[in-house]
Parts: sequence; C-alpha cells; structure tokens
Amino acid sequence: MAEVKLDLLQGTLDLMVLQTLLAMGTMHGYGIARRIEQVSGDEILLNQGTIYASLVRLQQRGWIAAEWGTSDHNRKAKYYSITRSGRKQLSEDAAHWQRLTRVMGRVLATPGEGEL
Amino acid sequence: MEGLNRVRSFFKKRSRDMELDAELAAHLELAVEENMARGMSAEEARRRALISFGGVAQAKEQHGEARGLPWLDVLLQDLRFTFRTLARDRGFTMIAVIILGLGIGANITVFSVVNTLLLRPLPLHNPQELVRILSKTGSGESSMTYSSDATEEFQRQNRSFQSVSGYYAFSGSDNLKLMGHGQPMPVTGLMVAGNFFQTLGVEPSIGRLFTAEETLHKSRPVVLLSHAFWKRQYSGDRGIVGQTIELNATPVTVIGVLPDNFDFGSIFSPGYKVDMYGPVIFDDIRDEGNTMALVARLKPGVTLAKAQAEADLLFPALHFSVKHPEYGGGYTGRLLGLKDYVSGKLRRSLVVLWCAVGLILLIVCVNLSNLLLARGAARSKEFAMRSAVGAPRSRLVRQLLTESLVLSLAGALLGLGIAFTVTTYLAYQGSIALPLLSSVRIDGAALAWTLLIAVTAAVFFGLAPGLRISSANLQEVLKDSGHSASDGKKHEALRSVLIVSEIALACVLLVGAGLLLRSFLRILDVDLGFKPSQAASISLDYNDGNDAGKRSVIWQEALRRVEAIPGVETAGITDNLPMSRNRSWGISVKGKNYRPGELEDTFVYVVSPGYLNAIGMHLVKGRDFRWDDTDKTLGTVIINETVARRLWPGQDPIDRIAVAGGMDARVIGVVADVHESSVEGTPGWQMYVSGVAPQFGPEGAQLVVRSKLPPETLASTVMSTLREMNPAQPATEFRPVQRLVDHVVSPRRFFVLLVSIFAGLGLVLASLGIYGVISYSVTRQTQEIGIRMALGASQARVQWSVIWKTLTLALIGIATGTVASLMIAHLIASLLFATPATDLSTFLSMILLLLMVALLAGYIPARRASRINPMIALRNN
Repeated sequence: MAEVKLDLLQGTLDLMVLQTLLAMGTMHGYGIARRIEQVSGDEILLNQGTIYASLVRLQQRGWIAAEWGTSDHNRKAKYYSITRSGRKQLSEDAAHWQRLTRVMGRVLATPGEGEL
Repeated sequence: MEGLNRVRSFFKKRSRDMELDAELAAHLELAVEENMARGMSAEEARRRALISFGGVAQAKEQHGEARGLPWLDVLLQDLRFTFRTLARDRGFTMIAVIILGLGIGANITVFSVVNTLLLRPLPLHNPQELVRILSKTGSGESSMTYSSDATEEFQRQNRSFQSVSGYYAFSGSDNLKLMGHGQPMPVTGLMVAGNFFQTLGVEPSIGRLFTAEETLHKSRPVVLLSHAFWKRQYSGDRGIVGQTIELNATPVTVIGVLPDNFDFGSIFSPGYKVDMYGPVIFDDIRDEGNTMALVARLKPGVTLAKAQAEADLLFPALHFSVKHPEYGGGYTGRLLGLKDYVSGKLRRSLVVLWCAVGLILLIVCVNLSNLLLARGAARSKEFAMRSAVGAPRSRLVRQLLTESLVLSLAGALLGLGIAFTVTTYLAYQGSIALPLLSSVRIDGAALAWTLLIAVTAAVFFGLAPGLRISSANLQEVLKDSGHSASDGKKHEALRSVLIVSEIALACVLLVGAGLLLRSFLRILDVDLGFKPSQAASISLDYNDGNDAGKRSVIWQEALRRVEAIPGVETAGITDNLPMSRNRSWGISVKGKNYRPGELEDTFVYVVSPGYLNAIGMHLVKGRDFRWDDTDKTLGTVIINETVARRLWPGQDPIDRIAVAGGMDARVIGVVADVHESSVEGTPGWQMYVSGVAPQFGPEGAQLVVRSKLPPETLASTVMSTLREMNPAQPATEFRPVQRLVDHVVSPRRFFVLLVSIFAGLGLVLASLGIYGVISYSVTRQTQEIGIRMALGASQARVQWSVIWKTLTLALIGIATGTVASLMIAHLIASLLFATPATDLSTFLSMILLLLMVALLAGYIPARRASRINPMIALRNN
C-alpha cells in the first residue's frame, strides 16, 4: 500500500484554501481544489467536494468573499477572494502551524530507547 | 458574525441549496472540460471528474453543517418524526399526556401554594423588617394584645423600631351598618392605629392615609375603603373619595381607597374580609383593657435578637394603665418575624404536601418509563432498522429523548391548565382559613418550576428506556420475531424493578395519607363541648343605650318572638361564639391571694339565659342564668370544669364567691369544657356571665337559634321577625354554627384532601403500572401458555401462575414501602392528632387496600391468560 494518501487534519484545509487564495488571487472552487492537489503533489487525499464546506465556513467567518462571475470559457462560476481579515487570520494560523510542526519535528526527532 | 450568518443560512436554506447546486454543477463541468482537453472521451472525463469530486451528497451535507445550524436541523427532524409517531400511537400518547398532566399539574399547584405561603416574601414593603409582637404566655386574643397605655409607652421607649403600630383585635365581622341604601347593609370595619399603613408600607391607590389629628378624641370620623369593597359597593367610582357615608347613624368621610394587593385578612386573620378601615382613637379605648395587636417595623440593621433583648427589658415595665399603676402590667413581648407569624405553623404541612407531590411525580415517571419500555419493545425492529442503515446510537437516544420531552411538555401544558384552574379556585374561595391563599397564582417562578420538572421528568423517564432500546442486539432483533427469550427476560426484570418501586412509593403515599386522614377523623370526633349542628347564628342589632334593664327587655322580646317561629326549638344570645372572636378576663376565688402565673386568662362570654341550651352546651352542675339574676352587688357566674377543678379542687364550687372580671360573683353553675379556639388544643379557662346583669355589658350580640330546619329555610323568617322589632336590623347572614368549626379545621381538611387525592392518584397509577406489566408479559407468553395448556395445564393453574407473579411483585413493593413508610411516618408525627405514627390499623388497612388493588390489576390479565385458546395461540405466531 505504497500509495496511501495523507488524511487531512482538522482545520488544515481551511488554511490551505486561504493560502491558495492569497497566492493566486481570485479563483473558483474547482480552481482552488486543483491548485491544492497540484501543490501537494497529489500526496493528500482530497475529495474535491469537501472544499465547499470549507469555503462556506470561511465565507461566513468573513475571511473570504464570493461573487458570481464568468470563466475564460464563458462559463458561470462562483469566484472567491481573500479579505483583509482573512489575510490577518492566515498569518496567525500559518505562524501557529509552523510552530506546531517545528515542535512536532523536534519531539519526533528525539531518539528512542536502545536506538542510539 | 459567524453565528448570525449561520442563523441567516438556516432560514435561507432553499436559496442557499440552489446556489450550491449551481456551484457544484459548474465545478463538475469545469472538471469535465479540463479532462476532455487532456484527451479523454466525454464519458471517461465525466467519470474521472465525479471520482475526484467524491460524494456529492456528502459534500452537500458537509456544506450544510458548516453553513447552518445542524443541531437545529436534527432537532426539527426528530420533532417531525416524533409528532408523526405520537400521532400514529394516539392511545399511548393520550394516556401518557394525561398521566403526566395530572402529575405535573399537582406539582405546579402545590408549588404555587408553597411559593406563596413560604417562599415568596409577603406582599408588603421590605417585609423582612416587619415583626409581630405577641406575649410569651397565653393563647387567647386578649393575651396577645396590649392596652392603649402600654402601646403608647412602648412606641415612645423602644429604640429598635422605625415605628410600632397595631390594630384593634376585637372588631368582628359585619360590625357596622352602612345606611342610605335602603335596608341597612352590614359591613366589616377594622380599626387600625393611625400609622398602621405607613408601618406596613402600604400606599393608598386613591386619596390619603390617616392624619395625626384624625386619631384624636372627638376628631372628624374618617375611613379608608378596601379595594374589593370600593369595587363592589361603589363600582370603582373615584368620586367617592372626599364624600360622606353614613355608618351606624354617624356621617363618616371617605378619605381614600387601599390598593388591590393589600388584603388584611390574608396576612393577619385568614378568612376575615375587611371592608373599611378607621383610625383607632387611643383615648376612646383606654378603658377597654388589652385590645391592640401590635405590628412593628425594625430599624435597618437591627436584628430580631437585638430587638427581642430590648423588648425583654421594656415589656415587663409597661403599664396596663398609667392612671392606675397599681394594676401593674405583667406584659411580656415575643417578637416574631411577620412571615413566621403568618406561615410558620404551616411550614411542616406544606413541606409534607410538597413531598407528597414529589412522590406523585416519581410514580408518574416510573409509570411512563414502563409505558415507554413496553412501547420500545414493540418498536425494537424500527430502531434496529434505523441503526442498520447508519443511525448512530446517540442519534437513537436523542430521538427517544425528544419523544419523552415532547410528551413531557404536552403533559406540562395540560398540567398548567389543571393548576391554573385549581389555583384560581383556591384564590377565590373563602372557606379555607389559610393565609395569603387569595394571592396564590401561577407566576414566573411557577412557570420556571414547571419547565424544570417537565424537563427533569422527561430525562428521568426517557433515558432508561432510551438506553435500553438503543442497546438492543441489532442482529438478534432483526433475525428474530422479537420473542427472544433472553432479551425479554432482561426487559422484564427492569420493568419488574420499576413496578416494585412504584408500589413502594404508592405505599408510602397511602400510609401517609391514611395517617393524616385518621387524624382528621379523630378531630371530627372530638367532643367540642357544644353541638354545632342544627344551630345557626345571626348578629343582632338593637339600641339599649348601654342600660342592662333595657337590654333585658329587648333580649327577652327578641327571644320570645324567635322561639315562636315554627321549627325553632330554642334560642339564646351571646356576644362571642366559640371558635370565633374571643376575649379573656380573670377569675379567682374571692379573698385568696395567688402567686404570679397561678391564674390563667379566662375566656369570657356574656350571654343570655337559655344560651347554654341553644348552643348545646352541657350543664354539669347547678343552674343556668335567669332573667332576674340582676343583683347589683353580687353578680352570677357559670364556670367550666377546668376552672372548677383549678380554683376549687376537690370541692363543690356552687355558691362559692369568685372575683370575675373585677366583680364579685356567685358561682351558680358548672358546664363541660368547650373547645373555644381550636379542635386540637385543650380547652382553656372559661366563664359565662349574664348579659342582663348590671355588672357586665356584652360587646355586640349573636342570636343563636337551634332548629332541625336548615338555616337557609329559616333565614328569611328570622330576619323578618327581627325587622319587625327593629327596622334598622342589618341584613347580616344567618349562618350555621358548624361553619365556625369548619373554618377552624379547614386548613387540615385542605391538607388531608390534597394528600388523599395524591394518594388515590398514586394508587391508580401504580395499579395501571401493574396491569401494564402483567398484561404485557401475558401477551408475550401467549405461545408458552398455549403450549402449557395443550400439555394439560388447567385454566385455574394458568390463572394462578399469573396472579402469583403479581402477588410477588406487590408483596416485595409493599414490604419495601412499609419500611420506608415507617421511617417517614415519624417525620409527620407532629402533624398527627391522637394517632401514633405507627398506627397499626392504618398501616394494615392501607397495605390491604394496596394489595387488593394490585391483585385486581393482575387479575384482569390473569383471566385473559386463562382464556387463551391453545389451538389459536399455537397457530398464530
């Protein structure tokens, strides 16, 4: 089972969505999902549908804004962009996440007994 | 912000869902397009797009949870489902709601009464500062009152009180005549000290209170009207204030109307309805002795103990009469918080009542638990199915709890209706002598209490069945037809435990009610010393100019005419009736000196010849008064047995000379003791003096008529006879003497009635429970019974086995209940009268009653079991 993908930790999808919107500007849901898949190198298990729960949650918290628009191929889609409070939230959450991964890394790096 | 958005989304579910659908459709199309651009076939592109999207339904569900109020969605879903199920099972729903309604209704009612009498502060300004001042000894009104001089001295000397006030304690009912409306109308007027309403903190709703000048001798007479009287007599006309009305031929100015929420009787004298209040003029009652009942308001920060310490110093030094310091005073003062005075004595009864309804609620819960279990067994397949298609256990429990909550709230609604009816009745009836009853109502606190018990009950009776049902073995239930033996056994064990506890609770209730009922019957059996039945009284009006001779003529004429009415056996006159207003003087052997405390206050009745006979008293020795007992130097007195025993122990008291009420009097008779103020207490010292003797004047006059005819038939004839003599005779009520006794025992009657109703309810619920369980087990065992009968078991044998089962449950329950009752009986021992807390006959009869009812409840299913046709039972599965 070499190709087992990573399960998403609670809350990480929200963070990824915010980061994606910060990096890419305005995008629709499908675009965000594809982008996350590409950036993660297809390493995480993402049902694209789950992104919509995340999007509505972020929207209701006021961190992203949404608007209907037309795509390059003249197709109607809902476009999302990060708001000012979304940027603030992202920087806080990202800092927290990085700290957490650092600590986890350190803890996991301590050698086990008899493994010296 | 998020919360608000969630609420908004909850209400805009439709449009949000449509928007999401559009968005998801766009998503898939974009994906398909991209896949096709990579060279896939249209079909493959769509397939791939759907795979990477994951479940559309899940995405929508997640979206909904993140967006709206998922718990509310679930709740609404549960509620919808609950209403559907309950509507389908109408019989069950109705029984459950009725049972709950009765239980909760009883609880709300009792809570409202307890809340009004015990918990809520008195409806007065800062009621915790108010204090009633009583004496430390004695029991009659006279020993609880103080003279004008003593009152004024205490008002001046104390440092603990903002103000000391009081009311005239001997004002009786219908003591005034309101003229100017055709026939003179009897009204009840109470005299209160000038600062009475200020002390209580009562503001008039119209007009003003008394001024200091109005409490002086020969001042212009004024009255304040009670709100009820103002509404009734003057139809709430504000113009009456400032006008003059005619009372007893005296013009009196109405200066104001008291507020609706002030009811003197409900606080100070339950059952006493005051129409108007006049100021006490201390100078006018200075020679009347002890007449003022005192109420005072503590200064802020002064404790009751501190005030009591001061009172202990001041009261013994107060003068009965400043003009005659040699009379002494002999006063004591016991300060009692007004609230304690009003409801202190009732605390224990009310707590017992509260416990009784608590037990009822427990029984109701156990009963409902049982019903739900039985129903759950029938629904086990439904639940197994739901859990098989993915409902988690928590969701099933939640569903069941929602059902119990809905039932419970419906029951609470019904209960509120019942409680509202009962409390309204209680507030408007006038025959139960309990304080504050007129202000009993369902208020916010009662509503909160209702909600609390409804929710608690729902959790209590819904949780056990909920857990039990949701934990049932899924496979077994689905595979089997529900007759799995082991599961059924477990089920039945739980139900049996419930039944046993239900019987035990009912047993406790029944025994408690039985003891109280027996006490009450004992009380009704007490020989009162007079015969209240077949006697009625009416307040008699006349003008004798305070002359004993004139009075004698009027009285003789009145009695002659009334006794001439067909059906009237005999008649007499007294100023005070037993079990109503009382007053005490002193009596002692002439020429003997007594130690302080050796003599007791003696209830005195100023009566006409023939009164003893009319009221049905028993003359033990000597003779009744005669119209010619009018010796100016030596009066006559009749004493009761207690006085005879205490003043002349071992001697014949007839013809001895006593000092009665300060006058020399010869003892001419001895009567049996009369219960003068309560049925339960022991009678005190009593004496009777003649109202036609020059020494003693009556305070008012009550005509007592003994007749086999009912008072209502006699009333108009008596009234017209009296009117012939005296056109000014007011239309007072001709009321049965029995009513006085009923009034005195009414609080006990009230408690006994309630507790008995609760016990009856408990009995019915317990028998319903037994019936349900036994009946269910018979249904479940139909096949088994069929087999046994096919193998030769007789009908009697089958019947007996079912009854035996009932008997076992009942006996275990009764044994448990009896032990619990024995422990609890001691707690109500102080409420019992002439009945020991372990009264064997009460215990036995109640246990027997419970057993009979239990057996009856078991007999019906047993009969059904014995009628089972083995052929049919075996064929049907």
